[in-house]
Amino acid sequence: MFSRTVFSRSILRQTAAAVARPTAAPTPAFRPFLLTASQIRLLSDQTRQAIDKAVGSAPVVLFMKGTPETPQCGFSRASIQILGLQGVDPNKFAAFNVLEDPELRQGIKEYSDWPTIPQLYVDKEFIGGCDIIVSMHQNGELAKLLDEKKVLATEAEAEGEEKKE
Amino acid sequence: MASTSITEASLTAALKDRLKATHVEVTDMSGGCGQSFTSLIVSPDFVGKNSLKRHRLVNAALKDEIAQIHAWSAKCQTPDEYAKEQAATGGNDGPPMDGTVGGKVDGTTQ
Repeated sequence: MFSRTVFSRSILRQTAAAVARPTAAPTPAFRPFLLTASQIRLLSDQTRQAIDKAVGSAPVVLFMKGTPETPQCGFSRASIQILGLQGVDPNKFAAFNVLEDPELRQGIKEYSDWPTIPQLYVDKEFIGGCDIIVSMHQNGELAKLLDEKKVLATEAEAEGEEKKE
Repeated sequence: MASTSITEASLTAALKDRLKATHVEVTDMSGGCGQSFTSLIVSPDFVGKNSLKRHRLVNAALKDEIAQIHAWSAKCQTPDEYAKEQAATGGNDGPPMDGTVGGKVDGTTQ
């Protein structure tokens, strides 16, 4: 119980950093969505490729509204809470804030063929939105999936995180 | 922009019609402005489909409506699952309220 609480805090820290990356001094590799004004008008091919990259950027990827530390929507918040509860390894997790980028916000809906945010991807596979995450959490499917994909933080990491706190 | 105003009744009718739903509960979570809905849908069409496929079926059936509203939540059960839950809990939980605050969507206006 205790270690899981620690994870959710560290998830917040780590993923806040992951989300912050696109807005900080961007490197070409990790700057999929903040393009220059002229580039923004490019076709959705570019967006699609950027989303491909985002989806593959970590084993567990959540497209959400807001950041893990400050979700801007109840459904996004619930999803983050569940991932924290499940003990997802922060190093294997990335979150993308669709409110920061209208192209991403629209693009991800077409990419996933799913009309709402948040959206969870595990191992580049679309899992679902908030209700699916919640029901999978309740019936144990989510724990099983995350365990199979080996994205849960281990006990050893838990120790390390505790000390950092 | 909205061709018809979306209401609990219109969504319920659409679901019954397009998914042969045997039981539908739709709740307006948006405080009455018809922008956020949560639903419980019981339909034999869901048999043999995993969670994602069921949701996609619903999304496809309500594509136009969902495109017009801001938030949509659904709980998709087969008639068997629904009956089991009734028996087990003595009453269904109803549409999912996770992510809401007291049954109202709490979040951005964007």
